[in-house]
Amino acid sequence: MTVLSETDAHQIARRALDFAGEADEAEVVVSSADTGLTRFANNGIHQNVSEDSVHVNLRLALGKRVGVADGNQVDSDSLRGLAERAASIARLQPENPDFAGLPSGGERRTAGGLCQSTLEFSPEDRADGAAKVVNAAQARGLTAFGAFSTGVRSVAVASTAGIEQYHQGTTANANAVLMNDDASGTAMALSSDVTEIDMESIGEAAADKAERGVSPEDIEPGTYEVVLEEAAVAQMVEFLAFESFNGLFHEEGRSFTSASMGKAVMGENISIWDDGVDPTGIASPFDGEGVARERVDFIENGVLKAVVYDHQTASKYGAENTGHAWTAPNPYGPVAANLFMAPGEAASVDDLVAGVERGVWVTTFHYTNLLEPMRVVLTGMTRHGTFMIENGKVTKPLRNLRFTQSVLDAFSAVEALTRDTKLTGDYLRVRAPAMLIREFQFTGGSQS
Amino acid sequence: MKAVIERALDTASAGGAAYADARIVQKTSEFLMVKDGQVAAVNLSSDYGLGVRALVNGSWGFASASRVNTESADEVAGRALRIARASARVQEKPVVLAAQDPSVGEYTTPYETDPFDVSTEDKLGLLLRVNDLLRREKGVKVAECAMEIYKTEKAFGSTEGSYVTQTIVESGAGMESTATSDDDIQKRSFPNSFGRQVVTGGYEEIEKLELESNAPRIASESAALLSAAECPATTTTVILDATQVALQVHESCGHPTELDRALGYEASFAGTSFLTPDMLGAFRYGSDAVNIVADATTPLGAGTFGYDDEGVPAQRNYLVKDGIFVGYLTSRETASELDQRSSGAMRAESWNHIPLIRMTNINLMPGETSSEDLIASTDDGIYMELNKSWSIDDLRLNFQFGTEIAWQIEGGRLTNMYKNPTYTGITPQFWQSCDAVANNWRMWGTPNCGKGEPVQGMHVGHGAAAARFRDVRVGVRG
Repeated sequence: MTVLSETDAHQIARRALDFAGEADEAEVVVSSADTGLTRFANNGIHQNVSEDSVHVNLRLALGKRVGVADGNQVDSDSLRGLAERAASIARLQPENPDFAGLPSGGERRTAGGLCQSTLEFSPEDRADGAAKVVNAAQARGLTAFGAFSTGVRSVAVASTAGIEQYHQGTTANANAVLMNDDASGTAMALSSDVTEIDMESIGEAAADKAERGVSPEDIEPGTYEVVLEEAAVAQMVEFLAFESFNGLFHEEGRSFTSASMGKAVMGENISIWDDGVDPTGIASPFDGEGVARERVDFIENGVLKAVVYDHQTASKYGAENTGHAWTAPNPYGPVAANLFMAPGEAASVDDLVAGVERGVWVTTFHYTNLLEPMRVVLTGMTRHGTFMIENGKVTKPLRNLRFTQSVLDAFSAVEALTRDTKLTGDYLRVRAPAMLIREFQFTGGSQS
Repeated sequence: MKAVIERALDTASAGGAAYADARIVQKTSEFLMVKDGQVAAVNLSSDYGLGVRALVNGSWGFASASRVNTESADEVAGRALRIARASARVQEKPVVLAAQDPSVGEYTTPYETDPFDVSTEDKLGLLLRVNDLLRREKGVKVAECAMEIYKTEKAFGSTEGSYVTQTIVESGAGMESTATSDDDIQKRSFPNSFGRQVVTGGYEEIEKLELESNAPRIASESAALLSAAECPATTTTVILDATQVALQVHESCGHPTELDRALGYEASFAGTSFLTPDMLGAFRYGSDAVNIVADATTPLGAGTFGYDDEGVPAQRNYLVKDGIFVGYLTSRETASELDQRSSGAMRAESWNHIPLIRMTNINLMPGETSSEDLIASTDDGIYMELNKSWSIDDLRLNFQFGTEIAWQIEGGRLTNMYKNPTYTGITPQFWQSCDAVANNWRMWGTPNCGKGEPVQGMHVGHGAAAARFRDVRVGVRG
């Protein structure tokens, strides 16, 4: 697997900036990716894909008029065309008095995250990994489903304001769902280093859960204690990142943070932050404008401390840019993408279970969506392993349940967290512990 | 383009593929957004590349690259062959494709005005005018207006002799008005959720949206919602407006009738389906009033095309007829499992993705009652309008949806406004409780349907009208 080197990426960026010479300011983001993904279902590989691509995003400003054009061809004619299109767009629009110019060159930020083992991982290796999960399923009379992906991505940012950044990193991601007639179990792993992903263990863990889930029963909807595994916690943190920790939403009064800065909004055992260079995440050392990502502590011991900003939002509202911009044109504000939640002291999920008098153990959530932004009320379903806990022991498997719950209320009622954390995430990267919450609202059931 | 496709197919055949297809896609799009009186974004995108799918020893491989020439055709086809052989290491059973006559032809979306011929100035002018109308309402905190237009040119060829070219043109626009207080946020959108209404067609379709005449009402409703009462928690009659019916059809009929889901292909990600093949032709999905078709030929539909991405011609097929589940959305591979021909529902987001079974236009057929008469003939209930949130389980049974606004229905009239309305149910029971579909039918576009790994976003269409449902649980809150 290969992507654009730093030299090649910046050479493309410089050519694009040259073509944008008439602009007062210009910025180029050159990204490339070489990725492969193997999916399996019903004990066989049914989809197996690879993509080799380049992308160039050019933003230029004529005074306070801004145009953005992007494309995926890097020959001179195409780059010249991008610059012409961006300029023509800018010329034809009224000035935006809020446009703050481009961020100027700051710290050159680098991070690790490039693993040779992942670079060298082949389609045959991914197939062999899938085979380990299938074998684990077949040995126990189950059926295997899942995906195993590996890839390398590069991104370079350069601008007439002195920005020059480059990062290259690998990602390996695997998940398995093992099923029998009426139950399923899942396990997953995410890392920049594919050697840290043990497909055999993933298969066995998913199989264990599927076997424990046979003959699930219903329970009445209501308020229960709940043990959430790491992936379920991560989903709730993702919604906070999208809906609440966005500096633009904060400034516009569209987030609970607007009226709560400096106040206790969660339990004292909750701390959440973003860190683009922490090696235990997937590194992303600078943002879509080439600004170094600063560590931002959103929640410290339950107290709301900060939100993230990009250059435009920070300039407009007099805040400090934390380096969390999307790539231009970026009208939706900044976002934190490398999130962490502080661990607790519980030795394992089993320890959390032991502390529950009457509650529900949730493996993952499915199809979660936002109902009310101010209280961060979410609804979704449990999936791939839901169990009843009584007097500290798992007593029976349950059919999937619908929850409707405020994240703020949930994170204010956390009794304990595990000391180990796990990296997961549907759209963002979140390293989180599992947790025990004293009150959690289940509002319906399902036949699955 | 044809030479590159033929080269890729020749390379795949020479390398041992029993079947191969190749697609070249050139996508151009323009996105414009005005926020709070200022131009927030104008972005012109272009994306071009080649994807090759090869079937070797009964297993699939797919490779893609953003370089399009005869050399890349060899490289991409070679990579697809290698990946297919890797897939065959873990094979449940060899892939069999349902028979299909080769397609040769071309298709272009009918339109009057190419949206790319309309100047950026004019487009921004419309958005700025609408934005200004929204901002005249005192309580509006954030006013956003957006427009997005697309032109997708693609060529498809297969080793069975198919070669088709298509140009799909889409146009869409919309507005969102957000009002806030210290502890509440309320939003109204028009004409649809997700920032815009999208159809296949030219700029004339944007001009027909009546954005300017509706802006004052939308702004006023967003502000009024802040002081509206919460939707009561009860079980009652619900009338959904056409846009929410479109969402209901999408989630609870479109997805569960995808045969790949029913066969488990999406079990580890999007989920499966309660509509299993043994239920085909016998299961009562809804009341007699419920008739749903998958129609890739519907004018203006966001899922309207000439051929799918396996070269299968566009079709119209019943999914639910007189309330009975009668059909699936299928591919050539999945159709062969039911000894059927493909229903022509294989669609890929672009050159860098494999085609998956996707909705085309999933249309609830209209009834004969006007939407006004539907309300007038309801003594007691709640009328809900425009989707705000959506969640459904992995079998597509237990759903909970929220809308932006609702009103009490009392004695056939809309009375009190409610905020944060939600309703929940189980799919077949819900559709069986449908006692009337109105006749205010039109095409609605859903531009954000996600499926597959890597996730592919797809534009799909839904013909829908207001509909009435009995004994629905509403007002679920956290």
